[in-house]
Amino acid sequence: MKALVWHGKEDIRCDRVSDPEIEEPRDAIIKVTSCAICGSDLHLFHNFIPAMLPGDIMGHEMMGEVVEVGSGVNGHLKKGDRIVVPFTIFCGECDQCKAGNYSVCERSNRKKEMADKVFGHATAGLFGYSHLTGGYPGGQAEYLRVPFADTTHIKIPDGLTDEQVLFLGDIFPTGWQAVKQCDIQPTDTVAIWGCGPVGQMAIRSAVLLGAEQVIAIDYLPERLSMAEAGGATTINFKQESVIERLNDLTDGKGPEKCLDATGMESHVSFSQPDTIYDRAKQMVMMESDRPHVLREMIYVCRPAGVISIPGVYSGLIDKMPMGIAMNKGLTFKMGQTHVNRWSDDLLNRIAENQIDPSFVITHTASLEDGPEMYNVFRDKRDSCVKVVLKP
Amino acid sequence: MNILTNITRMPSDPKIIETGRSSAHPIDTLSRGLAWFGICLGTLELLAPRRIGRALGVESPTAYALIRFFGAREIAAGVVTLSTEKKLGLWSRVAGDVMDIAALTAALMPYNRRRQNVGPALIAVLGVTALDLFAAGQVTQRSRRKGEAKNYSGRTGFPNGTALSRNRANIAASTRQVEPAATSHRH
Repeated sequence: MKALVWHGKEDIRCDRVSDPEIEEPRDAIIKVTSCAICGSDLHLFHNFIPAMLPGDIMGHEMMGEVVEVGSGVNGHLKKGDRIVVPFTIFCGECDQCKAGNYSVCERSNRKKEMADKVFGHATAGLFGYSHLTGGYPGGQAEYLRVPFADTTHIKIPDGLTDEQVLFLGDIFPTGWQAVKQCDIQPTDTVAIWGCGPVGQMAIRSAVLLGAEQVIAIDYLPERLSMAEAGGATTINFKQESVIERLNDLTDGKGPEKCLDATGMESHVSFSQPDTIYDRAKQMVMMESDRPHVLREMIYVCRPAGVISIPGVYSGLIDKMPMGIAMNKGLTFKMGQTHVNRWSDDLLNRIAENQIDPSFVITHTASLEDGPEMYNVFRDKRDSCVKVVLKP
Repeated sequence: MNILTNITRMPSDPKIIETGRSSAHPIDTLSRGLAWFGICLGTLELLAPRRIGRALGVESPTAYALIRFFGAREIAAGVVTLSTEKKLGLWSRVAGDVMDIAALTAALMPYNRRRQNVGPALIAVLGVTALDLFAAGQVTQRSRRKGEAKNYSGRTGFPNGTALSRNRANIAASTRQVEPAATSHRH
């Protein structure tokens, strides 16, 4: 089969690889019908996530048709079923899964010993996201083995297109969880840093969850226009001071809920000297992530507010103003998404036409064109916001 | 490399049969080569400034310090070129090349007894400068956003309209009790 394979920094190739096989009784194999390039795939593309190895198959946003099931799937899935595969693999039986904390499943990370050493305690296995999260082959491929497939799936009813439901596997529930964990109140202002795909989903989620005001921060005109379309007031950080504008929009008090949808590779700009400092340290491996957005959120957030972090961070950050955060009594909420905690609700909302996540797709390409689409997405060429690949 | 990394995989995980098109362009390979060349040259300049100075006929503490500085500059530009800030790294290499050319031209003076070595060094630097300029130009060209930014103001994501979705959310919110501890006092 064809698959997008990581060979090193900025080197992803469309290779011919052997087909996946059923390995465990609870496995299933799907024929991938649609997959997407996620913003967090760019962290792998740039080699910022440790424990990627040449030969690893990329991709954690995918859906398709079940073509083979293991003996232990026990009727939960059958050949021909159309499923979205959540990016977090979960067993459904461990204490964390029983509590709904699927992204920290205690059993699905098959490289648990290594992850225990690095994280203290291992988190769930993820598709196509380094050997720290199990080294599972990803879904930017023609076929995918889904471990724990009897639980790790979202079954899709007829009548919904791939484009409508594909993002149930990651970016839609990621944006949704980021807003949900803010505990939105009807008088709240939610400020969202980053208008990439997760930021766009977070904007729509904040509107659906009843925030009084949603403010979106970015610098790319096409992304700001999309954010505005979703109901956000926008701030172009290259044209105005984020902190001054946020204070203006909140009667000088700051937003109650601040959401970081940028993660470890926040924009570097000479007008924000700390971003230069972070980039220099990151280059010589003295810091793994660039936390400019976190610093700005902590500074501008209203005391007793919530900082929500759906953006991916990989390791160590520097110059974090914890004194400000502590004295202001801020609450931090973060983590990989517990996809299936939200998927029933979100699928219903799509089916009821409350939201159509396909609005975010700007580019569709074949799997063979995938390597070049990584460059297009990274460089934001042709106003690219989201790429869907059709194997 | 893939044979080695396959050791970490499960027997049933897909393995590469045939490799295909890469996201990396030939210019990326050239940039990486130039970066590593700069890092090696810079290390040599840092560690052996006297030997380089003697070969070029510039033997003074100031010349040795300058060679060390050039070495540090080469390494820094190489590290930046290897990072995702390739464009910045390559243009800083071009700026460094200009400094090298200026320094070598100064060493071409008639009183320099080793000036026969300076000529070939200058030609080599001019060659590397041409490669640096080519790579920097290509990388800049490739990463440039062409044309006008698209306007996505029609992409609401709400099939029934943003206003209706907001109203619906407001109705849902008004039916639930606002928690006092989290209530805003802005109004």
